[in-house]
Amino acid sequence: MAEYLYLIPLLPFIGFLINGLLLGKLSKPIVSIIACGSVFISFIISLFAFLELTNLAPSARILEQTLFTWIKSGNNFEVSFGYMLDPLSAIMILVVTGVGFLIHVYSIGYMSHDPGYSRFFTYLSLFMFSMLTLVLADNFLLMFVGWEGVGLCSYLLIGFWFHKKSATDAGKKAFIINHIGDFGFLLGMFIIFWQVGSLNFVDVVARAPEVFVYGSALVTAACLLLFVGAMGKSAQIPLYVWLPDAMEGPTPVSALIHAATMVTAGVYMLVRTNVLFSMAPDALFVVACVGAATAFFAATIGLAQNDIKRVLAYSTVSQLGYMFLACGVAAYTAGVFHLMTHAFFKALLFLGAGSVIHGMSDEQDMRYMGGLKKYMPITFMTMFIATFAISGIPGFSGFFSKDEILWKSFSSQMHGSVIFWVIGVVTAALTAFYMFRLIYLTFYGKERMSKEVKSHIHESPKTMTIPLMILAVLSVVGGWIGLPHLFAKTNHFEEWLAPVIISTSQGSASHALASGGGDVAMEWTLMISSVVLVLFSIFMAYLLYKKKTEISTSLAEKLSGMKNLLLNKYYVD
Amino acid sequence: MDSSILTLTTFFPAIGIILLLFVPKEKTDTIKGLALIISVVTMILSFAAYYMFDPLASGMQFEVNIPWISSFGINYHFGIDGISLLLIVLTTILTVLSILASWNSITTGIKGYFISMLLLEVGMIGVFCALDLFLFYIFWELMLIPMYFIIGVWGGPRKLYAAIKFVLFTMFGSLLMLVGIMYLLYEYQAMTGEFSFDILKLTSTLALGFEPQLWLFGAFALAFAIKVPLFPFHTWLPDAHVQAPTAGSVILAGVLLKMGTYGFIRICLPMFPEATIAYLPYICTLSVIAIIYGALVAMVQKDIKSLVAFSSVSHMGFIMLGLFALNMQGLEGAVIQMINHGISTGALFLLVGMIYERRHTRMIEDFGGLAKVMPLFTVVFMIVTLSSIGLPLTNGFVGEFLILLGMFKSNYIYASIAAVGVILSACYMLWMFQRVFFGEVDKEENKKLLDLDAREKLILLPLVILIFFIGIYPAPLFSRIEPAVKNVLQQVNKAKSVYLDEEYQIRYYKDNTGQNELTLHTDEEQKSK
Repeated sequence: MAEYLYLIPLLPFIGFLINGLLLGKLSKPIVSIIACGSVFISFIISLFAFLELTNLAPSARILEQTLFTWIKSGNNFEVSFGYMLDPLSAIMILVVTGVGFLIHVYSIGYMSHDPGYSRFFTYLSLFMFSMLTLVLADNFLLMFVGWEGVGLCSYLLIGFWFHKKSATDAGKKAFIINHIGDFGFLLGMFIIFWQVGSLNFVDVVARAPEVFVYGSALVTAACLLLFVGAMGKSAQIPLYVWLPDAMEGPTPVSALIHAATMVTAGVYMLVRTNVLFSMAPDALFVVACVGAATAFFAATIGLAQNDIKRVLAYSTVSQLGYMFLACGVAAYTAGVFHLMTHAFFKALLFLGAGSVIHGMSDEQDMRYMGGLKKYMPITFMTMFIATFAISGIPGFSGFFSKDEILWKSFSSQMHGSVIFWVIGVVTAALTAFYMFRLIYLTFYGKERMSKEVKSHIHESPKTMTIPLMILAVLSVVGGWIGLPHLFAKTNHFEEWLAPVIISTSQGSASHALASGGGDVAMEWTLMISSVVLVLFSIFMAYLLYKKKTEISTSLAEKLSGMKNLLLNKYYVD
Repeated sequence: MDSSILTLTTFFPAIGIILLLFVPKEKTDTIKGLALIISVVTMILSFAAYYMFDPLASGMQFEVNIPWISSFGINYHFGIDGISLLLIVLTTILTVLSILASWNSITTGIKGYFISMLLLEVGMIGVFCALDLFLFYIFWELMLIPMYFIIGVWGGPRKLYAAIKFVLFTMFGSLLMLVGIMYLLYEYQAMTGEFSFDILKLTSTLALGFEPQLWLFGAFALAFAIKVPLFPFHTWLPDAHVQAPTAGSVILAGVLLKMGTYGFIRICLPMFPEATIAYLPYICTLSVIAIIYGALVAMVQKDIKSLVAFSSVSHMGFIMLGLFALNMQGLEGAVIQMINHGISTGALFLLVGMIYERRHTRMIEDFGGLAKVMPLFTVVFMIVTLSSIGLPLTNGFVGEFLILLGMFKSNYIYASIAAVGVILSACYMLWMFQRVFFGEVDKEENKKLLDLDAREKLILLPLVILIFFIGIYPAPLFSRIEPAVKNVLQQVNKAKSVYLDEEYQIRYYKDNTGQNELTLHTDEEQKSK
């Protein structure tokens, strides 16, 4: 299968070329068949590639394919167009092509009345190519190609409705802030090449432990610079400001790029370079702090937003903070696990929100919604499931991944501390609160929309609801592959990723503890207390936004200073 | 054929000039057609040179060396290496496109205009072929005259001011270079007892002391720095660009600026290695200032053309920085970026010219929402913009990345500051793009603009292809410039304070205090030369 690896990114690229070169000459059905079909075939190939990988011994799970030499300068600098499949990229391509395909199908319905239909799918195909190149690249520079490519597509898709100034402003902002991050990525890459003499991941993994001194300023600088790149792409403090504005783009874009795939690239990059980070504990500490701060801070902003997509945007920023917190305590597997479950439920939430917006004649303000439950039963049910998942209700996917992160943030020998755990748990409670607020404001209570809008409310077409239902299933079962060792003998997910997580001699001790053992009683206690807190916060949301809505208004008046602070996002930008 | 190809390519446009002289000036179509045919044949000749060129051989190829004025040791000495080869091909391609771009926009003095274009081409190719300083100087000056006329006669409202400023600046530099050449000649005569203008001979045999090197480098470098233009000698450039007709701007940015950096590679670095090392911190500082300053000034421009002009100042700063990284990545990146800058800035000027022909304005505020009325134009403009800001898989990335990587290895501080320029370039280009192409079409005049016609597509297509070709598969270019770049580094290695390591990186000896701080090497092994 390794010889077909290049087809996974190439097929969407061919789709891009066909749709792009024949823009305006193809009918809508043909455009969508080319775009969706190419991603679907990529997904099938990814599936086979994944299966082939499972047949190999864990240590041999790495397939490489070099296509041609891209840049060769002098005797010592050579970078190829090469793809590499290992357990980490296998998960990524499955998520990207799988969720990506569902969102493509959803877009057929969502974008059906848009005059820019073909242009939309052209951009989406280009995005898929870039994203798959990002995760399959076998070296830093090719990864950077994908990295910049997804940034470009994000720019084009945020500003998709280019006659709106707010949209093109948001696109430009996203691109420039990402470019600031790329500045860090580039310099980090320079240090790595300068020291290691190669940009190939395999070489870096092999040589880094010899070249760099554990904890030295140089490796710390390299990691921090790479992390600046990750901060830009994955919207961490202080480079998060572009992501909420990015909601100007069409909703499927928000789901695909700004929730499920592109924004997680920073997390992917950290895990990919974990060999370096594990040698730079100081850098990891910064990662953990930034992640924890972002998780908490963005969640508080999410409490007060009225635009349904903005709530979800801040939620995404917050959840990405979680993933970085996990990476920061050297629990890379937990980070990737949450990345995957988050891709399912957050894509679902965005698509559900899109379905609501679609049914509400493009209304996005939750103050003018309410009572939609009976008009849009499928959207309601699926979003409800996703809300359970993100809130961490036991049994749903988000519970397992979030619990894993919380436990590691407490127990890991690498920076694990009770402070991180407390921040994590409070964030989890806030998350549950704003998510149930969203559900109650949207689907329950009085119908606050105008008559005109009300007469048009309808459930979305099948092309939109079927992806919702599939994602709902994934949001439930997606967590079961990574059952914590409290429930199952082995954590399959962790075992699967083990070959990718390189333990250096000094870093191995922390990793060993991060991957299990510890105090079982303590683990149960922490888990139960976090669940109780989450349930309590859901109850509060129920009380404020369903049962006695008057309390929420009076409370809002009393706390108006606080509310304005949050509504205005702490007056940043 | 082998040895005559350069002479043929250089002087073929001159044949065209002679033919054009016999065409009556009323027959404008014949004049245009003839000029186009001549430039296309010249381009094909340069392609032939490209295919005949042996990428593996080091040293000069297609050499011709015939005594010309023997009493002064002046020879007709032509020859090219990979660097000049690529620049010649760039020149001939851009000349064809410029002639096509002038098809409708030049309405007066057509005969004189096309004769000037072809004369300019002779000068440009000549500079890249010449291996004799006397010839080099003649061709260098030869370019000046037609360019003066192109700006001064066919330019915009303040054409005379711009043309005279251009000439004064360049003449000042040329005079310094002339003095430098005389001094070199004198030194050589004092050493060997005979005259020679031969660049190769001078480079290999002349062992100048530190002091004379400083003076000579200064004279030549100033002449070249004005041409580049390196901050603070850039003030002539925006005026010249804004006033010049489209084709003039294309040639000016695409080829003439490269004369400066080419001069550094061919003359300053190999002939004066000690001075190169001594001046390095100053030139790098100026380059970094140029990168940041050019980008910042570009950001506030109201005229698209002067925005592109200032972006050139910034981009040329990158090229200078790459040259003075003094390693393979830096130098190769710089050479590739010389080509890239010619392609993408050339394309930008062509695009600006196309919109100017339609609207007779270049002010950003006069546009808005063009994406709706001119979709194809928008796509091409987007691609060129991305190439200019160095997005991966476009040509700009390959050059910029290698320059920064090379410089980082030599001196990480310069490289880190210069990398800020990468962010800035995205800012000013995208902001301009947004204001011109996005939003509603709110100006009446913009509602009926026509999209690209067949001639314009023909002009832009080759550039778009080159943007992606160099971005995705630059290997053929690298293989041709590698031996040439290695030669340059071997020459710089003659300086006493440095050595060339096995990766072709110029490194300082540790005992040479003061200069040691410039680099951040962990060179444990002190190699003796």
